[in-house]
Amino acid sequence: MAQKDELGRRGERLAADYLIERGITILERNWRCSQGELDLVALDRGTLVFVEVKTRSGVRYGHPFEAITAQKLARLRRLAGAWRAAHPEPRIAGLRLDAVAVVAERGAEPVIEHLRGIG
Amino acid sequence: MAVGRTRAIALQGLDGSVVEIEADISNTLPGIAIIGLPDASLGEARERVRAAASNSGCPLTDRKLTVNLSPASLPKHGSAFDLGIAVAALAANGGLGADSVAEAAHIGELGLDGRLRPLAGVLPATAAAARAGISTILVPLANRAEAELVPGIRVVGVASLRDAAIHHGADLEPWPVDAVEMAAASAENEPALELADVAGNPDAVEAMVAAAAGGHHMFLLGPPGAGKTMLASRLTGIIPDLDADAALQVTSIRSLAGEPPAGRLASRPPFEAPHHTATAASLVGGGSRVIRPGSAVRASHGVLFLDEAPEFSASVLDALRQPLESGEIAIHRAVGVARYPARFQLVLAANPCGCGQFGAADIECSCTPHSRRRYLGKLSGPLLDRLDIQLRVSRVTAAQLRYAREHPGVDTATARSRVEAARAVAAERLAGTPWRLNRDVPGSWLRSPAGAALRGATAELDRALELGALTMRGYDRVLRLAWTIGDLEGVSRPGADHVGRALLMRKAI
Repeated sequence: MAQKDELGRRGERLAADYLIERGITILERNWRCSQGELDLVALDRGTLVFVEVKTRSGVRYGHPFEAITAQKLARLRRLAGAWRAAHPEPRIAGLRLDAVAVVAERGAEPVIEHLRGIG
Repeated sequence: MAVGRTRAIALQGLDGSVVEIEADISNTLPGIAIIGLPDASLGEARERVRAAASNSGCPLTDRKLTVNLSPASLPKHGSAFDLGIAVAALAANGGLGADSVAEAAHIGELGLDGRLRPLAGVLPATAAAARAGISTILVPLANRAEAELVPGIRVVGVASLRDAAIHHGADLEPWPVDAVEMAAASAENEPALELADVAGNPDAVEAMVAAAAGGHHMFLLGPPGAGKTMLASRLTGIIPDLDADAALQVTSIRSLAGEPPAGRLASRPPFEAPHHTATAASLVGGGSRVIRPGSAVRASHGVLFLDEAPEFSASVLDALRQPLESGEIAIHRAVGVARYPARFQLVLAANPCGCGQFGAADIECSCTPHSRRRYLGKLSGPLLDRLDIQLRVSRVTAAQLRYAREHPGVDTATARSRVEAARAVAAERLAGTPWRLNRDVPGSWLRSPAGAALRGATAELDRALELGALTMRGYDRVLRLAWTIGDLEGVSRPGADHVGRALLMRKAI
């Protein structure tokens, strides 16, 4: 596995742990379909949450959130629709898109930030 | 989250309005949105500010930044808001003294490396800030000398965004940077041309002195080689130095036109001589987004010389009628109205006909009467009526040249001191009125007891009016000129002799 994929997997694990600690239930990790992959699907007090996780080993080339462009958001929305079409069963109060940034610098405690309702 | 607030100046003509810059950080994906009618170059501030901030070692927030420029209805253009936007954004992030940021105004364009670049128009913008009661203004280091010409405001020159942040109390170590230099300022007014170089034509020189003393507009008519251009280009040399207000205005206009002042106010009146292919927009000013001053505005408090006046298009010449009357130009465009001062002294020069020889003693004119009529007919009556002095200049003969060699004419220094003395007399007489020069006094004042000529002095003039040789406006103009001639001679009130000479200077054609 390439080093950057390794970092990405680690970031997703850290993000999931972070969300679970805050009382959010993870329904699915790395759900794939023909259009792409959802990092995390979760349930936060009845709201279905699709989470995009961005992991960086430093902020030299910008904050991880800056990597979430309008195009990526649009893809995330399409994927959310596809997931919902494939899983109509959980009764939900609403939908939300979240982003989690993980900055894992070598030799330092990873810094995790969580943005709710990014669009 | 917090809101950062500061101020900047939006220029419209020479007037500036204070623009409030607010920066708000909202907890969502990173980005910068600038709202409040920015134009394309101001919209690009987004990229400049982000890069400049991170390269200055004080990066912006990694959340969404919304920058509002209010009043939102006022169109804003240019890159002068960069510094204000960056400082407001850093203030929203915390770490800067909010009061210090909110009280100051900021002008400056940012480079990607975080250094500040000099701009045009800093002087009028600083003057507008001082008028609005702002106590401190931050400008690019290269513009500091220019901004410091404005009294009553503290000017802080900063080389980079980091320096600006440190000024506002950021806990940062200064980084030494090479401040961006301004292109070398043009040396002001090479020594004035010498009036004594004009050989012969003593009447014309005398009329020039009168024109300079009273600020009268002038029309020079004569064949090619008679020295019309030579005379006109020596007029600014005999006009006294600019007073403080005029100097600030002239320097502000130059600053707007992108000519950096060399660290001091212009002291000599400007001289503008646009080519006869000039358009109305180049003469009065124009432009769709930024309304720039034209030659007539740049000639304010100085001389606007139109050589070969009949070759100018009629609409261009007539565009000068409004500023000649009001001393101001209002240029209307979709983005708004810009008002510029245009208190220039107009000098027109023309050949008497197409071949130029009509009326010359040595060469015969080859034009038909009809083409002669048409040539000068291009100058409209209303325009000519506004020129107080209408002078015929003839080519100098060999005999005159020999005479002039032995009897040199009046030199610039002498002429200027005569003009200064005459202007002082006029200023004393006009103290307590809104007028400064004889050119400006209205007809009603000339007919009031304070402004009337000596009893019986105007008999010749009254006859010219009765015969229809003069319009009422022309009548008043002759009286104004008579006052100026009187002032030059130091008499308390013009008599028949002065009125007669004024009439001659006006009707010499």
